[in-house]
Amino acid sequence: MFARLVYESFRRQKRRKVLAGAAITLGVTVATAMIAVATDIGDKINRELRTIGANLIVTPQEDSLDVEIGGVNLKPPSDGAYLAEADLPKIKDIFWRNNITGFAPMLPVNVTIERYGKRLSATLVGTYFSKQLSDGKEEFTTGVRSTHPWWKVSGSWPDDNSMDVLLGERLAGKLGEKAGDELMMAHTLHISGVLSTGGAEDDEIVAPLSVAQGILGKPGAVRRVYVSALTKPEDAFGRRDPKSMSGAVYERWYCTPYPQAIALQLAEAIPHSHAEQIRQVAQNEGAVLTRIEGLIFLITLAALFASALAVSAAMATAIFERRAEVGLMKALGAGKLAVAAVFFAEATLLALIGGAVGYFAGALLARQIGQSIFNSEISIPPVLLPVILAIAVMVTFAGSAAAIRRAVGLDPVFALRGEL
Amino acid sequence: MSAPGLQNMSHAARDLAASRAHVPHTSMFLRMLVRAAVLRRGRAASALFAMVVAAAVATAMLNLYVDVQAKLRREFRNYGANIIVVGKDGASLPASAVAQVDSVLAGRGIAAPFAMVVARTSDGQAIVVAGTDFDRVRQLDRWWSVTNWPSEVPTLRQAQGRLARAKDAREMGHPEIDHPALIGVRALAAVSPKNQPFDLSFQGRTIHLKPAGTVQTGAAEDSRIYLSLADFVEWTGVRPATIEVAANGAPEEVTAVMSQLAQAIPAADARPVRQIMEGEARVLGKTRATLLAAAALIILTAALCVLSTLMGWVFDRRRDFAIMKALGASGRLLNGFFAAEAAALGATGALIGFVVGIGIAAWIGRVNFHAAVVPRFSVLPVILAGSIAVTLLSAILPISLLRRVQPAVILRGE
Repeated sequence: MFARLVYESFRRQKRRKVLAGAAITLGVTVATAMIAVATDIGDKINRELRTIGANLIVTPQEDSLDVEIGGVNLKPPSDGAYLAEADLPKIKDIFWRNNITGFAPMLPVNVTIERYGKRLSATLVGTYFSKQLSDGKEEFTTGVRSTHPWWKVSGSWPDDNSMDVLLGERLAGKLGEKAGDELMMAHTLHISGVLSTGGAEDDEIVAPLSVAQGILGKPGAVRRVYVSALTKPEDAFGRRDPKSMSGAVYERWYCTPYPQAIALQLAEAIPHSHAEQIRQVAQNEGAVLTRIEGLIFLITLAALFASALAVSAAMATAIFERRAEVGLMKALGAGKLAVAAVFFAEATLLALIGGAVGYFAGALLARQIGQSIFNSEISIPPVLLPVILAIAVMVTFAGSAAAIRRAVGLDPVFALRGEL
Repeated sequence: MSAPGLQNMSHAARDLAASRAHVPHTSMFLRMLVRAAVLRRGRAASALFAMVVAAAVATAMLNLYVDVQAKLRREFRNYGANIIVVGKDGASLPASAVAQVDSVLAGRGIAAPFAMVVARTSDGQAIVVAGTDFDRVRQLDRWWSVTNWPSEVPTLRQAQGRLARAKDAREMGHPEIDHPALIGVRALAAVSPKNQPFDLSFQGRTIHLKPAGTVQTGAAEDSRIYLSLADFVEWTGVRPATIEVAANGAPEEVTAVMSQLAQAIPAADARPVRQIMEGEARVLGKTRATLLAAAALIILTAALCVLSTLMGWVFDRRRDFAIMKALGASGRLLNGFFAAEAAALGATGALIGFVVGIGIAAWIGRVNFHAAVVPRFSVLPVILAGSIAVTLLSAILPISLLRRVQPAVILRGE
């Protein structure tokens, strides 16, 4: 009888059930989408912040001081130590390898450009543009095109295995050269494009790493490596000195993607190297990230509150409309409990159906938001489905409770006469 | 509330209203409007509550949406300079350049001058020495991890002749006059591993420096030595060639500052730091877009909540509607009555919600950004119009349904 009551109520009152169900579905959709966005926003913004540049730098351990003013390298080429290019793929072997979004080696060398018999000294920087590398297990592509996204080239990017170079825009202006020209120095290099960065590179030549190594006469040498990594904002624990930690605490620190922990792992992976965070980038991105995450978190709370309220309002209205039915049930001898049970059973059913539909609609919506704003997917973990359903049932119950209590307290006479 | 007592009262109220038929038309209209809300307090209150919540959420979201950009821009200024002023062809800037930059900025940012030379240590190693204004650098480059900023930095006038006096004092065996310096962590190992005072020479002139503290940034600064600008100029005679400027504001304002700077100092180029400006624009754009999507979702949900509550309320009052119709009220009057009621509810809800929403936005601003979110009164008309539109819609929909039904059918409770 109970099952029939519930079933018939759904069959005969389609309009009301659809309205209440729609409210639940909408509420759950918004809640699911916002939870998905909130859990993923940190990662998404972290990736956007990587456009400001690398946050870690690896240098040789025994390096001498850099002597560089305004992009002009004054350090003699014989001076200082180098890293081995062959060690670089090891960067992708560290514990947090999946957090490494890219790296770019740099090798500055001094060159003399010959032009109309005049000689002009400049700095040529060898690097990877978009180099195919393999660490033995998987292939990956890295270079300045991913780590330095603000570099703009008019012309075309050189190939990493060619003798093509990029000419900084101010140097190009000084020399009167443009893309397609030949650059005369010890070797003749072909200019494939003019580079604009707004930084020191505007006065330099940027070439494939092998070209710089050839000029320097040191095959396989790298002066420093810029590494771009997704990191966790530094907190009090992250700032602690790892040397003072005991085993388990050190383990926890090591396995958290703090900039320092990743720097330590990089230094361990590359022999004779020293790695540290570039504070301008690493320190500030933590602050920006914390603010944005906090904001979206608070807004998600607001969204959850609004959707809970919408569901409650819809349920209250739906039950209030059915006073006559309650009157009839009570007149026929139904107890308060029986009446409440029918309503709660209906509410549960509605919540489950609405919750399930809402969950999938919300996942779809989150994906849509991710695609249109971040050009990457926001996926929602399936474990969230039972959680969302439980929340939907609870909110629906909470929203119906007051209305149901009022409904079962009705005097059947008044209710049936329609005077309420 | 739906207690039977209230119902009887509303009958009584109607009788009373009928017996006062000679009272002018408008006053009757107002009476009905007010009594309807007073007599069914519970339903009216829940409708008003839904309206207040919706308006509050909408106000908070719109306020945040407008304000969050300014708040995040401030965070981004911690990345340091977004404009660099350099002398044309590497020449030094005129002595008045910093003052000119300050007057262009007029408090909307901070600027720090830098002068650099390559000096030699006593064992002949080349090292980059920079002169700067420590107070300004401290505000501009907040990520510098400095153990101790040099204090007692001399003014230009105080620095004059100090080098010679220090030399004389040293030669005569008097206590030495030291020039405090901020040493990069990598440079420290090369020049002063035991933190002892050391000499640097530039073009035959020697300066005796005392390490005041170390600076660590993970970048080029780690290999440099920083002096106060006054000491630096006195020692080397080289004036700043670079001024780093962190200008506040939107990209257009920064661009405007940049062109003003180029005009104010003709001997200099003002260049944007594209790395920072582009990253900032990207992150801000994405954050704002996310916020907009969230705001749209939340406002939609809140509006639907109002719609369903209010429609229920109006639908519930179909007996009032039927009685009015049976007593001869015209369709226009009925529409007007329910519309006026809805509009009043919408306006009240919007006003209360606006105040609450400003409070929520301010709270979020304090909790998350540690700064107040300025109330935007420009969103009030939007909120007001939106609220009234939603309430009108939710009143008109059920009324247009009821209008087709005979009053007798409604009154018989069918």
